[in-house]
Parts: sequence; structure tokens; C-alpha cells
Amino acid sequence: MKNTRRSFLQKTALATGAFCLGFDWFKAEGKAGAMVASAVEAGRFNAYLEISSLGKVILYSPNPEIGQGIKTAFPVVVAEELDVDWKDVEVRQANLDTQHFERQLTGGSGALKHSWDRLRKAGATARQMFIQAAAQTWKVDISTCKTAGGFVLGPAGQKASYGSLASLAATLTVPTEPTYKNRKDYKIIGKRTKGVDNANVVTGKPVFGLDIEKPGMVIAQIIRPPFGATLKSFDAADALKMPGIIDVLSFKNKVAIVGQSTWQVMQARAAVSCKYDGQNLESESTHKKWFDEGMAADKAQVQRKDGDFQMAMSKAAKVVEATYECPFISHSPMEPMNFFADVRADGSVLLAGPTQVPQSAQKAVATLLKVDEKKVEVELSKMGGGFGRRLNNDFALEAAELSSLIKKPVKVMWTREDDMMGGIYRPAVRYHFKAGLDASGNMIAFYLRGVGLNAGNATRQDNFPVGAIDNVLIESVNQVSSVTTGPWRAPITNFLGYAEQAFLDEVAEAGGKDPVQMRLDWLARAKNNPVGKITYEPDRFIEVIKQAAEKSQWKKKPGVSQGFSVYFSHLSYVAQVADAVMVNGKPKITHVTAVTDCGEVVNLSGAENQIKGAIIDGMGHAMFAKLRFNEGVAAPANFNSYRLIRGNEIPTIDAHFVDNGIAPTGLGEPALPPTGGSVANAIYAASKKRLYRQPFDI
Amino acid sequence: MSIQLTINKKKVSLDIDPNTPLLWTLRDHMSLKGTKYGCGIAQCGACTVWVNGEATRSCVLPLSAVANADITTIEGLSEKGDHPVQVAWDQLDVPQCGYCQAGQIMTAASLLKKKPKPSATEIVDGMSGNICRCGTYHRIQEAVKLASDLATKKKPSTTKKPA
Repeated sequence: MKNTRRSFLQKTALATGAFCLGFDWFKAEGKAGAMVASAVEAGRFNAYLEISSLGKVILYSPNPEIGQGIKTAFPVVVAEELDVDWKDVEVRQANLDTQHFERQLTGGSGALKHSWDRLRKAGATARQMFIQAAAQTWKVDISTCKTAGGFVLGPAGQKASYGSLASLAATLTVPTEPTYKNRKDYKIIGKRTKGVDNANVVTGKPVFGLDIEKPGMVIAQIIRPPFGATLKSFDAADALKMPGIIDVLSFKNKVAIVGQSTWQVMQARAAVSCKYDGQNLESESTHKKWFDEGMAADKAQVQRKDGDFQMAMSKAAKVVEATYECPFISHSPMEPMNFFADVRADGSVLLAGPTQVPQSAQKAVATLLKVDEKKVEVELSKMGGGFGRRLNNDFALEAAELSSLIKKPVKVMWTREDDMMGGIYRPAVRYHFKAGLDASGNMIAFYLRGVGLNAGNATRQDNFPVGAIDNVLIESVNQVSSVTTGPWRAPITNFLGYAEQAFLDEVAEAGGKDPVQMRLDWLARAKNNPVGKITYEPDRFIEVIKQAAEKSQWKKKPGVSQGFSVYFSHLSYVAQVADAVMVNGKPKITHVTAVTDCGEVVNLSGAENQIKGAIIDGMGHAMFAKLRFNEGVAAPANFNSYRLIRGNEIPTIDAHFVDNGIAPTGLGEPALPPTGGSVANAIYAASKKRLYRQPFDI
Repeated sequence: MSIQLTINKKKVSLDIDPNTPLLWTLRDHMSLKGTKYGCGIAQCGACTVWVNGEATRSCVLPLSAVANADITTIEGLSEKGDHPVQVAWDQLDVPQCGYCQAGQIMTAASLLKKKPKPSATEIVDGMSGNICRCGTYHRIQEAVKLASDLATKKKPSTTKKPA
């Protein structure tokens, strides 16, 4: 029999005694939320909501949770439109299902942006089917029925729970255009919803990748070579004699130590010696040379050109110039990299662990082992942070390759030192800015060259203030390094945002302008008569700037020095004012006011966490994160000398959100890029010292 | 030779390398995964447990050093997960990724045992040995205050709303 949608829903209802509505969270790009009751053949869904006859609502969340709160925020949207009480909802993590998901990944602050319409439609469609089922039962018109807290209410005081209507609802045709709630009626969206994993976290349940235990599993650690070096030989004679050690073997320039327990593996590892071949391994001096060469190079990739920069500079009454530089830095999530793999004799593979991109892991492992992707199953675990590090699946590939070599299920665990010394890093970048001002202090020419080491295009050429300046030239130079790099929370803009906002502070000062008013003037220009194409919405920029100035009492706080910054990234807008005071002759950041326009705030508690966390992250790394290379080896290697910000070093933070009801945009990253700028500008206001390098020297 | 100790009120006898750090003893040999590995050098606090009631970094503490000791881990902090610190952590929605929080909670509960009503400065100082890479520090500090209020049975002076 052909599996029509209707028959499928009926079948499901009969089989489970529950209303079980399959929907696709990610398909139908453009036609958000098209209902797809699919996968009857496969016998399972991609993601779905399930309502038992007892009224329990189960929502499956497909995206990996790294601490950005998506496992809570996604179901909040569905529950809102479904009109159920949050206390009746249970959220479960879905595993990788490439047949029925798209974009089952966490990164780029894109989860809610991509799913908002589909999530709402999923909830609203189901709600409408319950209304229809009730109206049919009561023989009343559907327009006379309402819903509240998981019940349908009829015109004569009838009341039926979704659970009691489940089997009838499941036989109805899925509506294509459901009715949505008015946002003023929201009961969950915009309120504070606690993390659905809180109970597991506070009681120490084994939910993280490193907690994974599987039958027959062995433990491995891997010694990786310095960047640019190749493994010549290794001596494991002593290690192999140590208790609990199963094997020591090499693959792809690495040496793996395999044993029964973590401590035994750690001990044996210390007894393994490796010899490497390598010439011209990179050091800090190499990187400096490459920056210098990149800055002096005649040839650069022109990323944007408006008007005639050279001509405008020749007419400038005043020129402002500055160079900014940041090192490679580690992501250092609290849970170091780790992954489980079981490559079995029958050709099937089980992968389990923390990755922001499970589908890429599946593909890459299938390619590596030359097996069909369908034979590679991926279980998702909660992640002890990611910050972009888990977008690269090097750890999953290592685990899979090692399992295939030793023919055992294995968990590969990175130590903190491995994590800090084994890449992937935020690329090191140097920026050179130039501004030409006219006699009235207006910027008439703007230049930026970004030189990155494995950074690709280190600029964001179409971002503000571009669009407001007549003559612009933006160029990039990429220098190839053997140090592996990748996205780090707010890729590129995590440092570019700081450099640019710090530079614009100098431009304002040189031109005798107020930093806030200067930007408002530019935005008025960009709105009314933009120069070239712009990617941002000037009105949303203007709103966050105005609110930040007002809420921070910009330049009206006696005894406090303030620094301003504003940045657009991941389709969201964040304006910040940092307050600084001098304490014992040193500037101290005491407070940060942040105003964010990320569209609709789905979960206020989670949103505040993201904004405050990103500001603390941005400030901590700007002030302290220092990593250098010597002969291909990164230093430091652990938290004793790689300093992360602590609880006694944070300012108070006020996080405000613009209430505009626009569909949600990015939230995990956008508050980070402006942070270095507001902090550096406040430090300058307090101490008259400009900061050009990260980590800051104060 | 086996080593005897008490873990979460249960007497256990372990016949493993006495140099094994308590952290890996708990995780690999007792299947108590709540105590976390973060740095292995007692810098981050993710591995914090109680040894005879004192908050201690378990990653650098050999098993031999805790013979006959009384160990409490996050799994044993309360029977139902309702220790005032755990309640406060949930109520103020402290965790982001959650990985460091077991260590934070064990540190906080120890702090409150010694000082049931710590000042704001004592809270900041008492908690600053534990790193949270997600930056949940504000809520950690507020939650310690709330837990103190809950435990001393007075009406919480902080609102339920996290700042």
C-alpha cells in the first residue's frame, strides 16, 4: 500500500496511541515549515512532536547543544504555537538523521534564524488539528473553539485535552496554512525558560562526550607532531610493558597509546619518545615576518572599492593611521576534545561524542573508511563548550581511524595540553587602518588591509561604516601557515570588531566628534544615500546606538570614563558602552551596558546568558589570551599560563534587548565582536593609553 | 594491596595503582562521571570534590593520599538533587554548557558550609578558583547568595529573576 500522509498518521496513531506528527524542521527552505509526514519506510522520524493520551508532549531537538541554549529555545517556539504548558513538555535530543534534517549543526549563530518559521508552523499546525478534532466531536464550528494549556475549549464550556483528541486528530488532513498566535499573546516566548538540562547538570549526570562508556571500549590518547613536522620514529618499548596498555601505534604522523584506563594511558604516554623531521618550523618571528611581508605586498585581494581612496587621501586635512594585531588563540572549551568510534567487522560504524557538525563527521568518516554514509551512525552528546572548535571533526576522524586499526571500540581523549597545542586556532591577524578627514573632521577616506595567517579574507568589507564613506579601499592578504586554523566564536570579527571600533574612536577624537554622534551621522547617510551596497539595516543600527547611549548615561556619569562600540554580525546588532575607572593607577572595567537587536527574544534567560557570556569571553580573551609558537609548538599549554578570565575579574553587565518582533537572528556570537572595542575605548578614556595588540598590555 | 575509602557514604575497596588520581579513580573505576576533567593541574576547579568535607581538586590527588578518607562527589551532594546550591543553580538558570558546574557547585556548597552567610566579596573570592569558559560568573555568584538564603531558611533577598 502506498503510504499517504493520511495513512501514515493513522498508522502512527494506532501504533502508539498517541498523536504523532512528523514535521521537518529544516526542509522547504522558503516555504517554511511545510509539513512532511515522511519516513514511514524507515520507521522513524527526523524530529517530531508527540502527545500521549495522558497529555505529555515530547519535543525532539535536532541541533547539537554546546551551551548556546538551543535545546531549550527550539521547543519553546513549538510549545508556544502548540499552546501547551511548558511544564508538560519533555525535550529529547535527536541523533543525526541526514535523511530528514537539513542544517543539523550548531555554528554561525544560525540555529533560530534558520528554524523560526518552521518551528512556529510545526506547533501551530498541530494546534489547529486538535481544534478541528474537537469541533468535529462537538459538532461546532472550528471558529468557536479556542485552546489553552493543552486543551481545546468549546463554545458551550466543553473542554478536551489534546491527549484525549490525539487519535482523532491524527486522522485529519494536515493544514497547510495554520493560524499563528499574535505575539502579544505569547506565554513562553520572550519569558524566562530554564535550561532543559539543568537537572542533569546540577546532579552530575553523564551527559557529555567524555562521559561516554560503551561495552568493550578502550581509551586512547594521541601524540601529535609539531606543526609542519613529520614523525620520523617513535620508541614505545617501555610503554608497551606498562600495565593496562594494549597497543602503541602510529598513523598519519601521530602516535596513539591505547589502554584500559585513562591514568594507565597517561602514564604510558609519558614513556613514549618521538623523533620528528621538519625544516623551517614556524616561530613567533616567522609570523611577524609574514605579517610585515603581507603589509608591504604590492598585491592584495581588493575586497571593496568605493570612490577613489588615493585621490581623497591626497586632499585630506588630517590623516589617522593605526595597526592592530592578535595572535593565534585556542578555543579552550572546558571539555577537551574527545570522540568515540566503533568501526565493526561488518562495515558499520558507530560514532558518538561532541561535535557541532555531526553530518560532516559522518561524511568525513565514511570517506576515510570508504564505507557508505548510511552505515555510519552518529549519536550526539552534550558538549562542554565549543566556541567553534567542534566545527572541525579532526577528533572524530582520529577516533574512527584508530578504531579501524585496532579493531576495537575506542574513546580518544585529548588532554588539556593536547587541546591547547593541537590546533585548531583562531587565525593570527594584523590590520592596518587609514582614515582621511576633511577640514571639518569628517572621514572622507577609509582604508583597511587585513593580513591573516590562514585566515582567508580577514576583512568584512561590506560592513559599517562602509556605505557611509565616499572613498573606501579594503584589501586582504592571506599568508599560508602550517598552523591549523578555523572558526573561533564570531570568526574574524572577534578581532576585527575590536580593531575597527578602537580605530573609529581615534577617528572621532581626531575629528573632534562624539563617537556616538559620529556613527549616527554616518548611519543617516547610509540610510538616505548609501555608498555602494550595504548589508546592514541602518535603522536597526541607529536604534541600538540610541538605546545604549541612553541606558548607559553616555558621558553623563561623573567620575567614570566610558568607551563606545557597536557592531553588526550574524544579522544582529549590538551596541556597548564600557565604564572604566582608575584603581591604583590602573584602568579597571567596572560595568558594560549592552543593547542587542537580535529580533524576537525566544528565551530571555538564555539570551541574557549568551550576551553576558559573550562579553566576558570577548573581554577575557582581549585582555589575557596569549599564545605563541616556537619551532611549530604552541605555548603555553595549560591554564596555569594561558589565562582565562575568572569570576573576580568581570564587570557588572546590563543586557538590554530591542523589542521589535522581527524574526530571530544570531545571538551566540554578536555580542563578542564589539566587546574588545568598548573595553579598549573605555581604557583609553580613563588612562589615555591606546591598545593596539591583544592581549592588552595594561 | 587494596585501598579502602568512603565515596558518597558507601565504603569501597579499590585494588588499582595507588598513584591513580582520585579524579580518574572516580570516573574510570567507580563510573562516577559527574566530576570533570578540565586541566589536570588543579587550575580550573572542574574536578572539585570534598575530601573529609573540604573542597579539593581531585585531578592531582593520588588515591593513596585519600586512603580511609570520606569523599563526596556531585552525585552524593544530596539524595534528590535538592541541595540548596543545586536548587539555586537551577532556579537562576546558571548553566550554559554545564561542564564546569559540578565543580562550581561543590566549591559553593563547601563555601556555604564554612560560611553560611558569606558577604558578596567572600562569594566572589571563594568562587574565583573555578573557571567557567562560558562566562556564567554573574549567575554563579547570585546563585551562591540565593543558596545561602534558602539554606538559612530566610526569605530570599535576591529575586528569583537572574540579573
